[in-house]
Amino acid sequence: MNTTWSRFNIASIVLGFAFLYLPIVLLVVFSFNESKLVTVWSGFSTKWYGELFRNQGLIDAAWVTARVAFISASFATVLGTLAALALTRYTRFRGRMLFSGMVFAPLVMPEVITGLSLLLLFVAIGLDRGFLTVTLAHITFSMCFVAVVVQSRLITFDRSLEEAAMDLGATPVKTFFAITLPVILPAIVSGWMLAFTLSLDDLVIASFASGPGATTLPMKIYSQVRLGVTPEINAACTILIAIVAVGVLIASVVNKSREVQRQRDEQAAQRT
Amino acid sequence: MAQSMASDRPDAAPAVSSGGLGKAVGNRLVIIVPYLWLFVFFLVPFLIVFKISLSTTAIAMPPYVPVFGLEDGLSGLIASLGELTLDNYLWLTDDALYFNAYISSITIAAVSTLITLAVGFPIAYGMARAPTSLRPTLLMLVILPFWTSFLIRVYAWIGILKPEGLLNQFLIWTGAIDSPLLILNTNTAIYIGIVYSYLPFMVLPLYSALEKMDYSLVEAAQDLGCPPASAFWKITFPLALPGVVAGSMLVFIPAMGEFVIPDLLGGSQTLMIGKTLWNEFFNNRDWPVSSAVAVILLLLLVVPIMLFQQAQARSLEKGR
Repeated sequence: MNTTWSRFNIASIVLGFAFLYLPIVLLVVFSFNESKLVTVWSGFSTKWYGELFRNQGLIDAAWVTARVAFISASFATVLGTLAALALTRYTRFRGRMLFSGMVFAPLVMPEVITGLSLLLLFVAIGLDRGFLTVTLAHITFSMCFVAVVVQSRLITFDRSLEEAAMDLGATPVKTFFAITLPVILPAIVSGWMLAFTLSLDDLVIASFASGPGATTLPMKIYSQVRLGVTPEINAACTILIAIVAVGVLIASVVNKSREVQRQRDEQAAQRT
Repeated sequence: MAQSMASDRPDAAPAVSSGGLGKAVGNRLVIIVPYLWLFVFFLVPFLIVFKISLSTTAIAMPPYVPVFGLEDGLSGLIASLGELTLDNYLWLTDDALYFNAYISSITIAAVSTLITLAVGFPIAYGMARAPTSLRPTLLMLVILPFWTSFLIRVYAWIGILKPEGLLNQFLIWTGAIDSPLLILNTNTAIYIGIVYSYLPFMVLPLYSALEKMDYSLVEAAQDLGCPPASAFWKITFPLALPGVVAGSMLVFIPAMGEFVIPDLLGGSQTLMIGKTLWNEFFNNRDWPVSSAVAVILLLLLVVPIMLFQQAQARSLEKGR
């Protein structure tokens, strides 16, 4: 294809990415600032990271958040994958319109509404707010994101592979685990990672759904941010960014090597 | 083949040999489990919000009456239905605060959606025109900020925008201004925050629409003497329209109910409905009024949400 990548195209991309990344870069840089004043550079120091590890409240919150994120992402992945299968495989069933509405609406629903409604549900059924309720809330909204990710993979899936397996006598369950699952696995894995980070991130829904015993890290950071910008929060944010960056990097390397392997397999298959 | 027909019509029993009833149930579990989950944790909560918006505030826990219960039997249930009132909605119309909050939320969300579109379009266009080998990297660079915490990205702007912050330091250093600009705690800061946070949501659907576009159409138009600007409005923009709609809804709807951005970047005089709802709930502890606020916000968003769902369903149909 004849692509003309004009100077205007390049400039808009460079400026756009500068806009997206500069604030994050500045935040990371100033977490290494020696001064208590966040915006005045006075020398390199890692002392704020040391402070961070002595802040027991923050560490407790981080532990709660990690557990909530892990559990909710795992449940959300199973439920979201089922929802994606239901939406792509069953084009007609009673209430399908309502179902697809319930899958897509949480993607854009303002968080204050989701949070408030879940809290009122928990109060109505008499569930004490805490670890369990935050986890339930996070499963609910992140399963919809998983569903969309897995669904987009399922749509391009070649159904004749499944039909072949079943013609050869495999049961539907066996066909799913032997054929379908391996093919959609990358989508399921990225769905899990998405659900995990969504849960890690969430402030608004957690604030509604959580109780006294289960303060999550974003709630803790938020309450400190309201008091002002401090290098300690910059340090905490930098660690979070680093964790996510490493995760995404590993995922893309794994994906890349799988892709290379797949291409090599295909070439080998063609040669024989 | 029989199986694929059966799975297209799960209402009919699966035609393939053994299993019979057990398999039909197994097939249906795929639908039933997520369906029930979303029903209980997504739909039912809205009905509860609606119910509480019609209740009266009380100083108790939970702070509203009536509370439906089956202890009193059916007559008790009917009696409590009689206690429902529209007072909270009347209260919302009485106090100009709420009306202004809705209006300013709509304005802020609409204006920032337009700005995001104006900023996002050249980026998406540039990406779609990039050499094919570069595109996956560019795509990942757009998605990456989405993986970093929303709260952190908003927080990062406080240090940049505040009076003694980095932007003002920079502008004074270059000599562009003499005294610091007041940006933090104004609506300008909210616009910056929303555009920044939601930019990837705009760029991604635009990019996927523009990437599929056939550029020979634009070239043909230009060969026939069509000026570039008019070729853009007559060809590129209409072809990108599905992406424009999807992207705009992905920005507009959450921006309407945004809480974190107006709370951290906006001033005390900034009214946005998400923040009003939060204050009503956490500071005034008035659950019925905050439920009424939520119901009206939801009603305002029904049309945009349906637009979004249609765009989503259409793009998935196309992928089939």
